[in-house]
Amino acid sequence: MFGVIASMVDGLLLGAVYGLAAIGLTLIWGVMNIINLTHGALIALGMFGVYFLTARVGGSPYVALLPVAVLGFVAGLAIYGLSVHRVIARPPLMSLLSTFAVNMVIIGAGTAFWSTSIYNLPFSVPGITWQGFTFTGAHMLAAAVAVVVAGALYLFMRHTRLGKAIRAVANNRQAAELMGIPSGRILAVAFALGVALAAVAGGLIATLFPFTVLSGSGYQLKSFVVTVLGGLGNPAGALVGGLLLGLIEGGVTPFIAVSWTPVIEFVLFVLILIAFPKGLFARGAAR
Amino acid sequence: MSLLRQPMLWLILGAMALFAGLPGFGGDVALREGLFLTAIAIILASNLNLMIGYTGYVNFGNIVFFGLGGYFGVWLTTMHGWPLVPAAIVAAILVSTIALFFGLGILRLRGSYFTLATIGINEAVRALVSNIDAWGGSTGMYLSVSVYQPLGGPRQALWIVYFLVIGIMGASLFLSWFIRRSKFGLGLFAIREDEDAASVLGVHPALYKSVIYSVSGFLPAMAGALFFFKNGVIQPDQAFDLTMSTEAIVMLMLGGQGSVTGAAVGAFLYDQLRSTLLTSSMFSQFQLVIAGILLLLIVLFVPGGLIGWIGERWPRLRRVLE
Repeated sequence: MFGVIASMVDGLLLGAVYGLAAIGLTLIWGVMNIINLTHGALIALGMFGVYFLTARVGGSPYVALLPVAVLGFVAGLAIYGLSVHRVIARPPLMSLLSTFAVNMVIIGAGTAFWSTSIYNLPFSVPGITWQGFTFTGAHMLAAAVAVVVAGALYLFMRHTRLGKAIRAVANNRQAAELMGIPSGRILAVAFALGVALAAVAGGLIATLFPFTVLSGSGYQLKSFVVTVLGGLGNPAGALVGGLLLGLIEGGVTPFIAVSWTPVIEFVLFVLILIAFPKGLFARGAAR
Repeated sequence: MSLLRQPMLWLILGAMALFAGLPGFGGDVALREGLFLTAIAIILASNLNLMIGYTGYVNFGNIVFFGLGGYFGVWLTTMHGWPLVPAAIVAAILVSTIALFFGLGILRLRGSYFTLATIGINEAVRALVSNIDAWGGSTGMYLSVSVYQPLGGPRQALWIVYFLVIGIMGASLFLSWFIRRSKFGLGLFAIREDEDAASVLGVHPALYKSVIYSVSGFLPAMAGALFFFKNGVIQPDQAFDLTMSTEAIVMLMLGGQGSVTGAAVGAFLYDQLRSTLLTSSMFSQFQLVIAGILLLLIVLFVPGGLIGWIGERWPRLRRVLE
């Protein structure tokens, strides 16, 4: 019995990181109705950013998250200008393809430079062992960082002028423009913020598991699942969705083979998408 | 207007004759292998066109038809000793039936929600197939050489499979063309332009969308059965590879979505480009990068693709290149 609970607790810790990864995706969807298919590539870049900063420069990977976030933000601005700005008002196929094109470029370049071999962060955090179960230190720290970042984002969106402007543009771009908000710039900032969050989440995942250039696409799929659980466009829901996904993963692991977890995840994903397209926590009728 | 006076008929027949004849007469195996992949690309792109180009629904997980068809085909030929052609046909019927049920569920979703669901279905099927022990789980199924005996040994079997694939390629192009000229196709175009208006005008969107989703899976499933029969091995990660799905979308964009020739020309050009890049010493590493840049340029500046661009410059050609 205790084993199941321990596994679920570990699942929750991982779930917080999944949630953080999905917040970036859902933020962009909520503000500009675009599914950012560069998400996975940026998660991968975040992983490599933390790897090279700790391996070459030294220091803790958690400190390296800060420059990774800044670089992610800059990359986000560039991607927005290159591929997103011109397709915002066009049919979904166009934005899906333009972001996917950037994804191809990043993954292609990454594969050329770093090949697809496995990288591993050379570092360890002491864990806590209780009743024969070890709670890994890296998992706990990553969850703590994820919750802190998500909390900071919440405060930013609620209480700063820029955050309020982003929410206003998400709510109604034309009305926001009439109130004197430069919506073009706000969209760029929101996109860059979403990308920076993806990079930070990638950096955190690098402290947990070995990774390759191609790892990002798996976490992008997980982010889709999380976003759909929490409701597309709802950052707070994404964190809850992430915790829920982690709980499900942790809860079923002791009972069935690991290879069945993705089956459950994706079947759930499709079913929830069909039954509750606005997410599980949507207020009012999901129509 | 008789069928025989339609330029499109002769274009399709000409393409099939070229594909079959060029390697067929000289017995050029290298050329055959290249054209085999091109033909598969044309099959995937033109059937995807039925969803994206005609109906306006972006199916990002279209490769699930190809992969499932491959699995059913390999399973029937190796485990049950079926001959290749009936196995491929039954595989396609099974896939289309499954697609009809999937379609009834996910086609209630519109826009990006539908796209996400198609990705989810591909991943769910991939994960499920990796767990089916009768299908070899995550290591997949291997075909023994003996399955090629009824076709006259491996060497002859490869030629037979090639000609069958050319046949399916022709069938895909004819299917796209006939649907485009039919009343059913007109209904699909109406859904693409405005689904609510279409339903007011007497088009039944739910029915139309489910049928076209199912139809668009039939020929790719047959192609999958043939492809993996020839391949000799089928594995989940190879059969349900999202990259192949998205490559088919790139082909469609390159040639021009919504057009029969557009899908075919796009697939042909993309495949030529890919093989050129892969074999060049300078660019082989950067094949994805170049394809990505190309896609971005098309999306931003030539959203109608090559055929759309030609149609704009020389409007008379629109009647020929449907």
